[in-house]
Amino acid sequence: MNVCEFSFAGQRFGALPSGALWWPERQLLCVSDLHLGKSERVARRGGATLPPYDSHETLDRLAGDLEHTKAETVVCLGDSFDDLEAARTLPVTEGLRIATLQAGRQWIWIEGNHDPGPIELGGAHLFEWPCDPIVFRHIAQGDMRGEISGHYHPKAQIRLKGRSITRPAFLLDSDRLILPAYGTFTGGLRCTDQALADLMGADAMAILTGPRPHMIPMPR
Amino acid sequence: MTQIPARIGTWFSTKGWSIHPHQQEMFDRAQDPATVLIAPTGGGKTMAGFLPSLSELADGGHSGLHTLYVSPLKALAADIKRNLRTPVDEIGLPIRIEDRTGDTSATQKKRQRVDPPHILLTTPESLALLTSYEDAPRMFDGVQRIIVDEIHALAESKRGDQLMLALARLQRLNPELRRVGLSATVEDPAAIARFLARHPDPCQIVQADPGPDPDIQMLETTEMPPWSGGGAAYAIPAVLEQIRQHKTTLIFHNTRAQAEIFFHNLWLANEDGLPIGIHHGSLDRQQRERVEAAMVRGDLRAIVCTGSLDLGIDWGDVDLVIQIGAPKNVKRLVQRIGRANHRYNAPSKALLVPANRFEVVECVAALEAAKAHDLDGEPRGPGPRDVLCQHILIAACAGPFDADDLYTEMTSAGPYARLARPEFDACLDFCATGGYALRAYDRWQRLQQRADGKWQLRDPRVAARIRMNLGTIQDTDTLKVRLRRSRGGKPLGEVEEAFATSLTPGDTFLIGGQIVRYEGLREMVVEVSRRADRKPKIATFSGTKFATSTQLSDRILRMFAQTDWPQLPSHTADWLALQRQMSRLPQRDRLLIESFPADGREHLCVYGFAGRNAQQTLGLLLTKRMEETGLAPLGFVATDYATLIWGLDAVIDPTPLFQPDALRDGLDTWLAGNAVMKRTFRASATIAGLIERNLGGQRKSGRQATFSSDILYDTLLKYDPDHLLMQITHEEAMRGLVDFGRIEAMLARIGNRVDLLRLDRVSPLSAPLFLEVGKVPVKGAAEERLLAEESARLLDTAGLNRL
Repeated sequence: MNVCEFSFAGQRFGALPSGALWWPERQLLCVSDLHLGKSERVARRGGATLPPYDSHETLDRLAGDLEHTKAETVVCLGDSFDDLEAARTLPVTEGLRIATLQAGRQWIWIEGNHDPGPIELGGAHLFEWPCDPIVFRHIAQGDMRGEISGHYHPKAQIRLKGRSITRPAFLLDSDRLILPAYGTFTGGLRCTDQALADLMGADAMAILTGPRPHMIPMPR
Repeated sequence: MTQIPARIGTWFSTKGWSIHPHQQEMFDRAQDPATVLIAPTGGGKTMAGFLPSLSELADGGHSGLHTLYVSPLKALAADIKRNLRTPVDEIGLPIRIEDRTGDTSATQKKRQRVDPPHILLTTPESLALLTSYEDAPRMFDGVQRIIVDEIHALAESKRGDQLMLALARLQRLNPELRRVGLSATVEDPAAIARFLARHPDPCQIVQADPGPDPDIQMLETTEMPPWSGGGAAYAIPAVLEQIRQHKTTLIFHNTRAQAEIFFHNLWLANEDGLPIGIHHGSLDRQQRERVEAAMVRGDLRAIVCTGSLDLGIDWGDVDLVIQIGAPKNVKRLVQRIGRANHRYNAPSKALLVPANRFEVVECVAALEAAKAHDLDGEPRGPGPRDVLCQHILIAACAGPFDADDLYTEMTSAGPYARLARPEFDACLDFCATGGYALRAYDRWQRLQQRADGKWQLRDPRVAARIRMNLGTIQDTDTLKVRLRRSRGGKPLGEVEEAFATSLTPGDTFLIGGQIVRYEGLREMVVEVSRRADRKPKIATFSGTKFATSTQLSDRILRMFAQTDWPQLPSHTADWLALQRQMSRLPQRDRLLIESFPADGREHLCVYGFAGRNAQQTLGLLLTKRMEETGLAPLGFVATDYATLIWGLDAVIDPTPLFQPDALRDGLDTWLAGNAVMKRTFRASATIAGLIERNLGGQRKSGRQATFSSDILYDTLLKYDPDHLLMQITHEEAMRGLVDFGRIEAMLARIGNRVDLLRLDRVSPLSAPLFLEVGKVPVKGAAEERLLAEESARLLDTAGLNRL
C-alpha cells in the first residue's frame, strides 16, 4: 500500500489511499464521516432511492484497512451514521460486520452532528477524545493545537497539463488536521471554499487520496 | 379493380388529377389484413392510405372511431389534418377528423375518449397512452383501419417497437383491424412488412413507381476543402450562388451544431440580404413554427436545417437540396433528396458539399451508391426488452391481465415475434419486484398476482406515474435558453445540460443564428443577452453525430483499392496517392495500423472503418488494454474511419491488443465502468421504468437523474450483474453509442490480418486526425505519473520538498 507519511504535532502519521489516517506509534487507525445508512435515510425521507449497498461498501474498505494495518485502536470521528435512526435500524448483517471488526480492538465512536447521541453498538461513545498530544473531535474548533477532526468532507483539485483532477483530501497545517469523508456516496467541499480557507493556516497542505496519495500546498 | 365511389372519383377529376396506379392498388387491397406501400416523396402516399377510409365512411353509416392514423411527428399529424379536411369538405363527406398529440388540450382529450371522431390522427406515444386507460375497449370499439405513416423511420426506433405493441393490443380488442404502412424508399421492404404484420399473418408490399433518378452532384468550389472539421465554411460563396439561382433551397446538416455555425457564416456573407431561415430540433417551438409558416408562404429562399425536416411535411416549392458534410448514410441521402421538387415524376436536384478532405471521398462513394440504388441499412435485431417492460406496466394500468394472454398478444407484434417465454417472464418479474438487488424497496414492486392468477398493480395510484413516464424518446437533458429580462425574456431554444454547465458568465455562443452572451442559470433556465460580436467564443452546443454506414464504409475501402481515382478531384486523389507512397491505404479484409512519433509523444493510428461510435469504443478498449500492458496511453480521438491514440510508449506488437476474446472480455469488464455504458443503461432504465422521468409534474434535473442512475448502474454491476436491466444494457451496447456489433464485424472481416507499419513521422491519412475535436483523455498510470511529477514540482516551488 502506498502511504503518504508526514509529521503533525510532533508525531509521525500516514495518510492511506482510502482516506484513513494511520498513527503507527499508537497502532491507531482513524476514519471520519462514514455516513452508514445514508441510502436508507435518503429513501426514508422521500428522496432518491439509492441502492442500499453503500454501508456494505464502506465497511468493506474499512475491513481492508484494518486487515492491512492490524490496528489496535479505531477512532471514528463522528457522522459515523447518517442519523440516529440509521444507527438504530442498521441491518443485522451490518451490525454483525461491525462487531466482527471490533473484536479484539479498542473502538471509539466520536459524536457528530448527524449522530449526536449514544448508539446501541459496542465501543466507547465520546463527545471528544484527548490522546496526548492529540485531541480527536468531529468539528474543528479553530483555537486548538494538535486537533484531528472531520466534518467538512474536504476535497482538492489539481491541474495537470490540460486536465484537472479532484479527489477527497486531508488538510493539514501546524495546528490541525482535517480528514476526508470515508463513506461511500459522501460528497465533498472544495478546499477553496471560504469556510476551509478561513480555518486553515497560511502554511496549509493538502494530501490527495488515491492509488498513491500526494501532498501539495493547499489550493486556495 | 374495385370501384372508387363516384363522388370521390369526380372530385379527383374536377381537380384535374388522376388516381395513381399504386393508389388504386391500395384501394383494391383495402380488405387485406396488412399492406405496406413503398413510394417516393410526393407520390400521393397519404391519399393512398386514406382513400379506403374515406370510401368506407362516405355513406355516414359508421359511428365511432373508424381509422387511426399514426405519424412520428406531431406537426405531421396537424399537417395531414389540414390536407385531409380539403377533400372531405369539398366532396361533402360526413366525416369527423381530429388530432390528438401532446399539444392537444386536456378537455379535448377527455371528450375524445367519450366521443371519438371517425378519424383520429395521433403519435405512437399518445396511442400507447390511450391503450393504458381502463375505458380503452370502449373508445376503440369498432376501429377498422390503422395507417402508420413514415413507417420506415419508426421501424428503426423503439418508438416503432412501442407502436407495434400498442397495435397488438388494439388488434386483440378488434380482431378485424386492418393495418396499412406508408414508407419512403428503403433497402429491405420485406423487413418493414414483417415489422407491421400481425405475426404470423402475411403482409403485402405495394411498390409505387420510384420515378426518375435524382440529379445529384458534388458542388464545385474554387476553394479546396480543409483537412478536418465539419463547418464547410469554404463553400459559403458557392452555396450562396446556388441559393440565388434557385427558388427555394434546403440546406441539410448532420448536426445542429454544424447547422448553427453554417447559418452564422452564411448570414455574414449574405450581402444581398436573401431571406434565409434556420430550423432544427433545439430551437424554440414558436421560432420553428414561424420559419415553417414563412416557408409555406414562400417567403424564404433557403432554410438551413437538420433531420428535423427529414420527415414528410409538405414544404411547397423546394427546387434544390444541398447536403453539407458527408451524408454518412445513403438511404437518408436519397430520402432527403426526395424533398426537392416535391412533384411526382420530376427528377429531384441535389448537391453534396464535403466539409473536409476525407469527406470528398465519402461524398463520391455516396454519389456512386445513390446512382446504383444501393441503399444501406443495418438489419435490426429483435425488439428491445426495455420497451417490453414499459408495455407490461401499461397493460397493468388498463386492468388486471393474464400472463399467458399478454405473452400471446405481445408475440403477435413483429419486433417481438421471436420473444421466448423465459425472456417475457424475466420482464414480468422485473416489473413485479424490481429484481433481486432492489427487492428491499417497495417502490419497484409494482405488480402483484391475485388469487385468480391475474396480475394487477399493487397500488392503483402508481398508474399515473407509469403514464407520466411513458414513451421511448430520450431527450438528452436540455435546458431552455431565454433572453434575460425583468419578467423573463423571449425563449430562444434549448442547449444540452452538459454544454450549459461548461459555460461561465461572459462566454458567447450561437443559438438560432445569433450570438448570445451567457449571463447565468436561473431555475433551470439559461439566461443570455444579445451580443453583436462577430465571433462566438465557444463554437456552439454539442450534438449527436451519425456514424457512417457499413455499406458506405465498404464502398470507400473498395475505392481505395483502385490504382487511380479519376472520379475524385485531383487534390484528393493526390492525397491518397501520397498515402500509398509513404505508407499504405487501408484494405477491406486487413486492418492497417500505423505507429509513429510526433510532438514528443508516441502515436498509434488504427484504420478500422467501423463508424464513429465503434471507433470511439475501440479507443476505449485499446487504451484500457494498453494501460494494462504498461504502455501508458494519454488519450485518443476517433472519426468514422480511424482511431488515433497517443501515449508515452511506442506500440511495436499489435497482436496482444487485438485478440478478439480480449476485446470482447473488455466489453464486459473494462467498458462496464465507462460513461457511455452508463448512458446506455440510463436510457434503458428510464424506458423500463426503473428511473422516473417525471415526478408529479416536477422534472428532475438531468444531473440528479444521472447521479442516481450511475449509482444504480454501479450497484447492479457489482451485486446483481445478471439483473434484467444489465442484460438489456449489454444488448443495447451492440448498437448505438457503444456499437460493439461493428467492432465484432470488423474483427470477423480482418481475422488475424493485422498490419502494423512503423513510420518515422505522421502519415498523410492520419494527419487530419490531429486536428479533430473531441479528444478523450485517459485516466490511468500516465495520469498518476503526471500527478507525481506535478506534486513534486509544486512542493519544490514552495520550498517544501523535504517536509
